[in-house]
Amino acid sequence: MSQTPSDLKYTREHEWIRLDGNQAEIGITFHAQKSLGDIVYVELPSVGDELEAGEEFGTIESVKAVSSLFSPMSGKVTDINSELADRPETINEDCYDEGWLIRVALSEPDEQDNLLDDEEYDQFVLEEAG
Amino acid sequence: MSSTTLNKTPLHDWHLQSGAFMTDFGGWHLPVRYQSDKQEHQAVREAVGLFDVSHMGELLVEGVSAADLLQYTTCNDISKISVGAARYNALTTPAGGAWDDLLVYRLAEERYLLVVNAANQDQDFNWLQEQNSQFGANLRNVGSDYALLALQGPLAVDVLESISDLPVRDLRYYHFLEGELLGCPVLLSRTGYTASDGFELYLSPQHAEAIWTKLLEGGASFGIEPCGLSARDSLRLEGGLHLYGHELGQDISLYEAGLGWIIKPEKGDFIGKEALLRSKENPQRKLVGFQMQEFGIPRHGFPILNQEEQTVGSVTSGLLSPTLNAPIGMAYVPTELSEISSTFLVQVRKRRLAAEVVRLPFYQISRST
Repeated sequence: MSQTPSDLKYTREHEWIRLDGNQAEIGITFHAQKSLGDIVYVELPSVGDELEAGEEFGTIESVKAVSSLFSPMSGKVTDINSELADRPETINEDCYDEGWLIRVALSEPDEQDNLLDDEEYDQFVLEEAG
Repeated sequence: MSSTTLNKTPLHDWHLQSGAFMTDFGGWHLPVRYQSDKQEHQAVREAVGLFDVSHMGELLVEGVSAADLLQYTTCNDISKISVGAARYNALTTPAGGAWDDLLVYRLAEERYLLVVNAANQDQDFNWLQEQNSQFGANLRNVGSDYALLALQGPLAVDVLESISDLPVRDLRYYHFLEGELLGCPVLLSRTGYTASDGFELYLSPQHAEAIWTKLLEGGASFGIEPCGLSARDSLRLEGGLHLYGHELGQDISLYEAGLGWIIKPEKGDFIGKEALLRSKENPQRKLVGFQMQEFGIPRHGFPILNQEEQTVGSVTSGLLSPTLNAPIGMAYVPTELSEISSTFLVQVRKRRLAAEVVRLPFYQISRST
């Protein structure tokens, strides 16, 4: 039943990370987009920005709510998903692929040890729902 | 609060089975949305939507002194409500604020139904009971006797006509009728909280699921959508309608809230009258509607700054309007910034963005009745 891909890593802030060597692609999870509802606006950093793990790097807004985005790992932003400016609803439609947010060149790849795998993330979501 | 201790409406199981995203609202476990907030919003503006608003509280006031109790505890003129009609009103505090905003239905010569906000119903009841010691009306909390469904949108009337013979098309705005809908007794009023045409249906909780299901079946060919709290909030905000805890509160003068039209000092003495008259003479601030001139979405609590960049107010509600596709909001600002076309700044996180005061409501339909 899980919608959570097994090849990604996750955070307790409901973000996913697709690791490829020292490169990471970052987005928000199915659960995150579902609890936000229809996404209407995304504020992303600029290419070249340096992010530290845990730092706020942007904002995602739905009709109803605002949510901050926190960088799961440290590194330099190499790419942002500029398609989202015109079509933020892509995140609702395809949060794990077309709806990615940013790509980062990692400066501390070991930080991935702090991330959750899919089963741990699903368990976290269940516990959070109480 | 965990979902097991929250109040549940008679449709709670239906909501869960439909996969709705649920939330805690005023102590109730209610659907935020079923699928898409925008689609639900649009259905109400262009076709028809159905809301379960059974969390709303109902209080019954009866007897020879019922009108006297209500005249004394609210600001609108109860004597002007004819049997079969309803009026918007507020339960006033001594300081001219609101314990709650409410609808008052005159069910019979000496019988009134008060429809109040879920989170305030116990406080409202206790306040009324306290005041009632000098009136002796029969006051009862009858919230558990009612489920409340809101069928809203330009095609709401068509849906009702397709499943009943009730004369719904001729029912005037803020009037109600009592009858049978598919064999279930209902009180049906032409009211709502969406700024679209529509009806609210008061019925016994035991019939709620049957009527809900029939309305969805009957409405299918009209494009009906079940709608959650998110659409309810975006629709009411476009309509410039107040939400208690945002635009209204114990510490907000009803005049400053722009509700002078429901304040009737000429009716006689009532709680908060003196404070309200002072506030009318010398308002400190006013509720305004505004539209962003620079893009950013205003949200509840964001600061308002004047051109000297001093904080002078705050946003009470805001969103990217689905109908207008523009960022809009309501805010309390000093009177000198409250004129139409006045400009100020909204602090949207780290940025200060320009906004302009516009006329409320943001969205309005013309009503022939």
